[in-house]
Amino acid sequence: MKQQIIVSGIGGQGVLFLTRVIAQAAVAQGLPVLTAETHGMAQRGGTVLSTIKVGDFASPLIRTGQADVGLLLWEANLPVHQPLLKPAALLLVNAGRPGKGERIDATRLARQFGNAVLANLVLLGLAVRHEALFCSAADCEAAIRTLAPPRFVDRNLEAFRAGLLSAP
Amino acid sequence: MTSETIDTQLLMGNEAIAAGLIEAGCQLATAYPGTPSTEILQAVIDQRARAGVPLHIEWSVNEKIAFEVALAGSYSGKRSATVMKQVGLNVAADPFMRTAYLGVKGGMLTIVADDPGPHSSQNEQDTRLFCLQGRVPVLDPASPAEAKELVPLAFELAEKYELNLVLRPTTRICHSRQNVALQAPAAAARTADFQKDPTRWAATPAFLPALHRKLNDKLAEIAAEPVLQPRLRAGDGSRPRIALVAGGIVFGHLVDLLADLGLEGKIDLYQVVMPYPLSPPFVDRLQRDYDRLLILEETYPVIELQLAHPGAVGKQSGAVPREGELTPDRVHEALADFLGLEGPSAAAAERRGQRPSLCPGCPHRAAFFSIKRCFPRGIFPSDIGCYTLGMNLGAVNTVHCMGACISQGAGFYQAYRQDGEPPTIVVTIGDSTFFHSGIPALINAVIQRAHIIVVILDNATTAMTGGQPVPHLGIAADGSATRAVPIEPLVAACGVDFIEVCDPYDGERFEDLLHQADQHTRAVAGGVAVLISRHGCIMDPAVRSQQQRWRVSIDHRCVGCRKCVEAFECPALVMTGEGGLAKVDQDRCIGCGTCLPVCPVGAIVKEERA
Repeated sequence: MKQQIIVSGIGGQGVLFLTRVIAQAAVAQGLPVLTAETHGMAQRGGTVLSTIKVGDFASPLIRTGQADVGLLLWEANLPVHQPLLKPAALLLVNAGRPGKGERIDATRLARQFGNAVLANLVLLGLAVRHEALFCSAADCEAAIRTLAPPRFVDRNLEAFRAGLLSAP
Repeated sequence: MTSETIDTQLLMGNEAIAAGLIEAGCQLATAYPGTPSTEILQAVIDQRARAGVPLHIEWSVNEKIAFEVALAGSYSGKRSATVMKQVGLNVAADPFMRTAYLGVKGGMLTIVADDPGPHSSQNEQDTRLFCLQGRVPVLDPASPAEAKELVPLAFELAEKYELNLVLRPTTRICHSRQNVALQAPAAAARTADFQKDPTRWAATPAFLPALHRKLNDKLAEIAAEPVLQPRLRAGDGSRPRIALVAGGIVFGHLVDLLADLGLEGKIDLYQVVMPYPLSPPFVDRLQRDYDRLLILEETYPVIELQLAHPGAVGKQSGAVPREGELTPDRVHEALADFLGLEGPSAAAAERRGQRPSLCPGCPHRAAFFSIKRCFPRGIFPSDIGCYTLGMNLGAVNTVHCMGACISQGAGFYQAYRQDGEPPTIVVTIGDSTFFHSGIPALINAVIQRAHIIVVILDNATTAMTGGQPVPHLGIAADGSATRAVPIEPLVAACGVDFIEVCDPYDGERFEDLLHQADQHTRAVAGGVAVLISRHGCIMDPAVRSQQQRWRVSIDHRCVGCRKCVEAFECPALVMTGEGGLAKVDQDRCIGCGTCLPVCPVGAIVKEERA
């Protein structure tokens, strides 16, 4: 099993948490995983990108045109990060308007759970619904339980399930 | 070398290094925060309950101090580590360089995180080259797991040779996550036992030639250490007399690329774990066995320079880009050129995406807005931290290195004063930066009679790096209480007569004080005026929960002039309202209400939340 995933957004959208959830799902299955993340100045609202490589890899970075899956929390990043995707990659976008890829207004759904940041897990749910990832819904829920602060676990799971069960 | 694995966890490279320190029995760990190194000491703090030995952890006031505290720990026979980013080593350069000659006792490890790119730094200097100049052995890990494995090895070698060793992770090691094996920590605590030896620990010039000779002997020995020899992944002989040589994360990029291209196991591939001092037998072997070599390393050509191989290509020869991160795409281009293969299809033009901004509600934004409004033609030297982003508001004109803004402000004053009345010079410096290296600069500005305004942006934390405690809070690294060193008496003791404190959310009073400060700097008997801009960092949940949260909106009076998005530049103000007018993004607005004065027609309004 080898899979290369990008998670794209802007600082403050929970890109790092989403990255960790996906990577934790790999660790729990005993799969080797490498991630690369954006920290520092760009986290102050600038464009941030995480890459996740599951399987037998030595580097956490993804070459142009090699990613299998793209999770975009910020639609405006599409022209910046789309070149990383394979032509046949599955693209999941948090957006309220029609356009490229599988789309869901994750931010609007997340607001119902009290925090727009939960859009990250709504989008993860959508990715799992499309069977885009190496991991199952149960794997993701277990990773969320492992990583989320206890008082936020329920809301995080609700957000994830909202994406998972969203109407096609 | 390592004991049994007790668990495997998903760890960031920085957390993995911290785990290595804990398991190797490190007893003093010191650091000044800086991206990409910060999480190393933070993770030592978080993992301290695992330590099998007493462990002193400190956020030091700057890197030089961090280094010297760890150094004395080593003189006492204990294992110690100091952590900094690459430009932090410039601050610690003085003790670092002398330590090479004098050596250490207990294992000492200097962990210096480089930032090729750079992603969050003022340059992309290469610590490996610094080590070549300083004559300090340096290890270059290729993955988070390897970074952890190198920690106990480095301690053992530091003790065997009585040398300070450097571990040099880069951003892509520090901020990568990987499955990492944890081991049980070493249990044997050491007793402090400083063996006095003035010919060494206080060596005068008379003793230094001998110490220098000894250092050179040790470097020759450590270069030949079997465990540190470059590691060969041999090819099948199908491409004879050529080899690839790589170090750090670039080695990982190369391994993945060779697999993708079906070249795995076809070409001799060397991983250089210790780029300085480079192994002489390795250099001889490359001279003897290969006609052509491709050298891939970040950021400067350190291996390439030492190899001096006539058939080597790399950064020095120009075959590999000399600037910026050596990404997998760039490695692909270099490899394709070297092997005469078809290269990657023209990569899409690199786009940067959205620039970063100060957070919604950031008190720095309010301060910058007032400064710019009071002195539209002022000169604004600033410094390293979140507040560098004040450049988006036109209120930051220079950013150089930690603490430079006060000296630069003074220098501008001296230069302009020769030609007549200088413009108003307003320096902005964060509280942590002020303690780090602003204090000597402030004393200098006072005694050289510079007439400048110094605004200390006091948000009670080291915000840029994630909120480490600052000296005026009275909180130690482990969260325990310590003596606080408040800013105001320090500023007074530096000889400053004008000291005021104001919350920048109170824009009216803040601007009134700025004008008073300006008058002070323009008076013959005046001098440096210090205004402390005090409001907690908005990233701190306690700060957010304690302040009034208004419902801020934009009403029908908006004329779409864009002044709010350009002059105030709050991410919560956007131009996506109906008819291209401004609106407040309620997902991002924190309801501080500091944006109200920016609207020329008064269309930004606030009301109590229901």
